[in-house]
Amino acid sequence: MYWESSVETMEREALEALQLERLQKTVSDASLSVFYKKLFSNIDLEPADIKSLDDIRRIPPTTKDDLREAWPYGFLAVPKEKLVRMHSSSGTTGRATVIFHTAGDLDAWTDVLARSMYMAGMRNTDVFQNMMTYGLFTGGLGFHYAAEKIGALTIPAGAGNSKRQIQLMKDFNTTVIHIIPSYALHLTEVFEEMGVGPRKDLNLRLAFLGAEPHSEKTRQKIEEYYGVKAFNSYGLSEMNGPGVAFECPLQNGLHIWEDNFLVEVIDPRTLEPVEDGQEGELVLTTLKREGMPIIRYRTKDLTRIIPGHCDCGRTHRRIDRITGRTDDMLILKGVNIFPIQIEKKLMEIPEVGNNFLIILEREGYNDLMIVRVEVQKEIFSGDLKQLENLRRKITEDLRSDILITPRVELVEPNTLPKTEGKAVRVIDNRKE
Amino acid sequence: MIAHQISIFAENKPGRLAKVTSVLASKKINIRAITISSSDEFGVINMIVDDPDKAYRALSEAGLTVSLKPVVAVLMPDRPGGLDKLVHALSDRGINIENAYGFVLESWEKAVFILEVEEVEKTLEALEESNYKTLDAEALASIEPFHYMKY
Repeated sequence: MYWESSVETMEREALEALQLERLQKTVSDASLSVFYKKLFSNIDLEPADIKSLDDIRRIPPTTKDDLREAWPYGFLAVPKEKLVRMHSSSGTTGRATVIFHTAGDLDAWTDVLARSMYMAGMRNTDVFQNMMTYGLFTGGLGFHYAAEKIGALTIPAGAGNSKRQIQLMKDFNTTVIHIIPSYALHLTEVFEEMGVGPRKDLNLRLAFLGAEPHSEKTRQKIEEYYGVKAFNSYGLSEMNGPGVAFECPLQNGLHIWEDNFLVEVIDPRTLEPVEDGQEGELVLTTLKREGMPIIRYRTKDLTRIIPGHCDCGRTHRRIDRITGRTDDMLILKGVNIFPIQIEKKLMEIPEVGNNFLIILEREGYNDLMIVRVEVQKEIFSGDLKQLENLRRKITEDLRSDILITPRVELVEPNTLPKTEGKAVRVIDNRKE
Repeated sequence: MIAHQISIFAENKPGRLAKVTSVLASKKINIRAITISSSDEFGVINMIVDDPDKAYRALSEAGLTVSLKPVVAVLMPDRPGGLDKLVHALSDRGINIENAYGFVLESWEKAVFILEVEEVEKTLEALEESNYKTLDAEALASIEPFHYMKY
């Protein structure tokens, strides 16, 4: 039932003592990095000053911008030759935030994710089909190695190619899948098309849903259609990737692995901690990261600590489903997109006017991004072909940057809401 | 001679054409010919009007995205085979037509064919060689499509 019961069911007092010990090491290691060395000297902090878990609040939070500014090596706490792998956050071909791992980091990540999958019920007798992108994105390789560690037969199917996915499930009796929830819904149409019924023709029993927030309703839909128990997986590349928090069989919140991460929930405006049970921004500190320790990382994800004990016996606290973001990041088909990326690309195209609008729609089971763009008045030559070429160019330029093909619509100048300051440029109609 | 066509970028939704026609009506501008080409959610309205400069100003002031585009307006006989002969005169010289439309001036007598081409000069030469008459904005404006004298 437990992957490592001594850790998973550790008494809170012992767990917190372990956290403190690891936090002290983390702060001490971090002080070797360019970024934290400077930060600690600015606030006049010695690693030895960290005497309790609360002392961490003496250190200001780290943000994605800090990671970008210190790109690429400013957070390294070990010599480069100790590094064995790099990953980055999904969704951008520009300067992404990169995370470097030592062999020890990969072991710790694999272990905590194997613990998560084992908790959900996966065993070495299972056949695990990993339907996530292999590459810089952490969802593919992370789950892959954890599944192998459990000893399951692992099929590295990767993302896309729906018909082959279904064929693999059929031919090799896949029992566990790891899938983006919106893709799981999309795939139901392909099942219909192929005349395959997951419940009668396949042996699926578990699904791990990750890479994008989803509702309880979406989970139920997936469980019903596929005949599986579906588990919510939470992670972010800055904190390894998947394996930060995961649902147990009681499916009532996600256990966040407190031996690996120090958890805070703060008010995003005041940066003060909120009471357990109150919603706020999740702030995480790595406790076992050697290569690139990160202290008090603002995830920008909104959630809350679920008060009380879980009947599964694990003592690691639970967080709720992610309810939103404190920034304007969009997640579409598992890809993270910031509206600023779209703005930057559009403004590089001279034919584009001043205003644009991003609209997210759900068509059937597919998420769709519509980008409505004003045409620059002066460039109009009276030619329909010119407009069609412009639309094609915008579509291609955006696709190459955000990795998703938007539907570009050209509109007349001065017909979209003016963008002044922090105007709302995104309308999300995907809410259920 | 070169004529001018008014082209307007318009979204494909109710009221867009009405906005254009109400501007022209209020300025007493006469439309001689009109076509609309559309591509999903947007399109281009092309028009031949009696006073293209005035129309351009009025439509621009009304906030529309307008362009004044040189086109070739050819006077041709309204007879079977009339267009065939005209088009062959162009294709024989390797001239490609980007867009075209026509309107009848006088039934069984005269028609006007509006041509959008990339090579305007070459087109004009080709038409002259084949003895076609081309019209400019002024000539188009003064055409009287209904000849009382004939009745």
